[in-house]
Amino acid sequence: MFVPRPGSLSWVLMFVAGVCQMSAAQAEPPDVPDTLEQRIIPCTVCHGKHGEGIEKPGYYFPRIGAKPAGYLFRQLVNFREKRRQYVEMNYIVAYLPDAYLREMAEHFANQRPALPEPTVPRISKQALERAEALITKGDTAKGIPACTACHGKALTGMQPAMPGLVGLPAYYVSAQLGAWRNGVRHANEPDCMGKVASRLSDDEVAWLGVWLAWQRASADAAPAPARKTKLPLDCGDLK
Amino acid sequence: MKSSLSSIVAAAVCSGVLGSACAADRAPEVVRGEYLARIGDCVSCHTARGGRPFAGGFALETGFGALYTPNITPDLETGIGKWTADDFWVAMHEGKSKDGTLLYPAFPYTNYTKVSREDSDAIFAYLKSLQPVRQRNREHALRFPYNQRKLLIGWRALYFSPGEYKPDWKQPPEWNRGAYLVQGLGHCDACHTSRNFLGATNTEEGMAGGLLPVSSWYAPSLSANRESGLGEWDIKDLMSLLKTGVSSRGAVFGPMAAVVQNSLQYLTDADIRAIAVYLKSPGPDDNGDNRQLAAMLASGAKIYDTHCKSCHGSNGEGAPPVYPPLANNQSILMSSVTNPVRMVLNGGFPPGTEASPRPYGMPPFSHLLTDQEVAAVVTYVRQSWGNRGAAVPVWEATKARGLPTD
Repeated sequence: MFVPRPGSLSWVLMFVAGVCQMSAAQAEPPDVPDTLEQRIIPCTVCHGKHGEGIEKPGYYFPRIGAKPAGYLFRQLVNFREKRRQYVEMNYIVAYLPDAYLREMAEHFANQRPALPEPTVPRISKQALERAEALITKGDTAKGIPACTACHGKALTGMQPAMPGLVGLPAYYVSAQLGAWRNGVRHANEPDCMGKVASRLSDDEVAWLGVWLAWQRASADAAPAPARKTKLPLDCGDLK
Repeated sequence: MKSSLSSIVAAAVCSGVLGSACAADRAPEVVRGEYLARIGDCVSCHTARGGRPFAGGFALETGFGALYTPNITPDLETGIGKWTADDFWVAMHEGKSKDGTLLYPAFPYTNYTKVSREDSDAIFAYLKSLQPVRQRNREHALRFPYNQRKLLIGWRALYFSPGEYKPDWKQPPEWNRGAYLVQGLGHCDACHTSRNFLGATNTEEGMAGGLLPVSSWYAPSLSANRESGLGEWDIKDLMSLLKTGVSSRGAVFGPMAAVVQNSLQYLTDADIRAIAVYLKSPGPDDNGDNRQLAAMLASGAKIYDTHCKSCHGSNGEGAPPVYPPLANNQSILMSSVTNPVRMVLNGGFPPGTEASPRPYGMPPFSHLLTDQEVAAVVTYVRQSWGNRGAAVPVWEATKARGLPTD
């Protein structure tokens, strides 16, 4: 941490800055911490202090902690511009500038919340095998790349903007893929996930969610470093 | 007494419009079942507008999306033709379908669980006597996450405990009959009590009135002396209203008109009287409006301490300009309570501007507070620290939920 030496010009500047701030804004009272955590209590009340997500009967607020900042920022912008539909989110970010949204995204990207316990799958062995094949190998004939190609080998996401797919309930993942298939969720064009989702069957959408919710990832679920080579599809949200 | 009752029932049945055969030789259990099905008003929800009675397909609009009622005619493929009386009892008593599927509580099993086994069997015998109608059930159109039936496990743990009606031996049989009908088959509280954000009725407050989801009719209080003031009603007027739809005090209209037409008009005078006697007896909130308001303020104060005080201060002084004061704040005190109610439900950030690019915000509380709690905390804020605003009716919170925000 930077601590100015007594008597240095920095002390003087800090003092002057303090006075100016007090007179201009009539002071933020000292009991309101000037921290990002305090400013973004509206986010953490639903998504958890570290973005771990909250699941209770009747609602689920997804895990956002440890997802790459590029991804989180894009989603906040997509909510603001209604490429994603969720009234509460559309509303809460409606009047927030890019710089602030980016700061929030970076904050949650730097969190490392523990992952929830995996969920035991209740689908057939064949369905699980199909899901695993799609995830690790993809389906060349249908033009579906392996999920791991973009979301990281451990499926904990990839820098700079690919979200982790583990640590989420099966129904949430399936609902997102379904929303893409039905044209409710969008990314910037070219919408690579929209293309992938449109090539999946309804069953596959359900199975993928179940398979992913069954995985136990590394404790901190840190995203993989960025890929050096080209991604299998062109993604507008990466630009 | 018993024979006169069944002759009245038989007369009612024969003048019915449900298209069931009016044969003199129908089993007494079937006749009794038809009468009980009338009290439960099964036909109103299990019939699509213009559709065949009991064949389902009616869209029950809720705040969570539409539920399509199932076919309960005895058709083997599409109805309940393969059900046994035991299956039917489990549905009524435990809210589970024949295959074990958890039923959505739009089917009022939180009420029907109070119905006796004998009455459940009679209703089932009546349904089995109907003409089967082949009509496939339609998928519900609920929004995510409400279309996840597994969430019902949690819902049931919170809001459902199966159990038949237990008579209160300190009360006369007529009162107990009324209570059995009102709390059980009549499922009056399905409309006359407000619901929380998960659609559960707020039973602890009695039938203090409630706003109907989507259609936004207000089902008035049935408690003994508030709003509609049943306590002031002469029992003859109340009976006349229930049985005929009109009375010297007033008439029914809207959704209650359907209830009288499809259900209550067929009830025996004895049952109508029992219902009226029960409704007019003192309930949980009959110590007067002041007691009610005091309870609301106490609950509001607790909620304020938990959720609001850390930013808005013990005396509503806030921390301006970061967190606005609530004492002597015009938007709290104006006659419309829409804005403060919506702020509590939705929270929000002020706009990011050049001078304030990183504004502090208020969290949404819609998932943490029930409509009662929202009304209580806004009432508390409107009546504390020198504020003099009127109390907030619970329906204001109900109405404000799920509205578009821009």
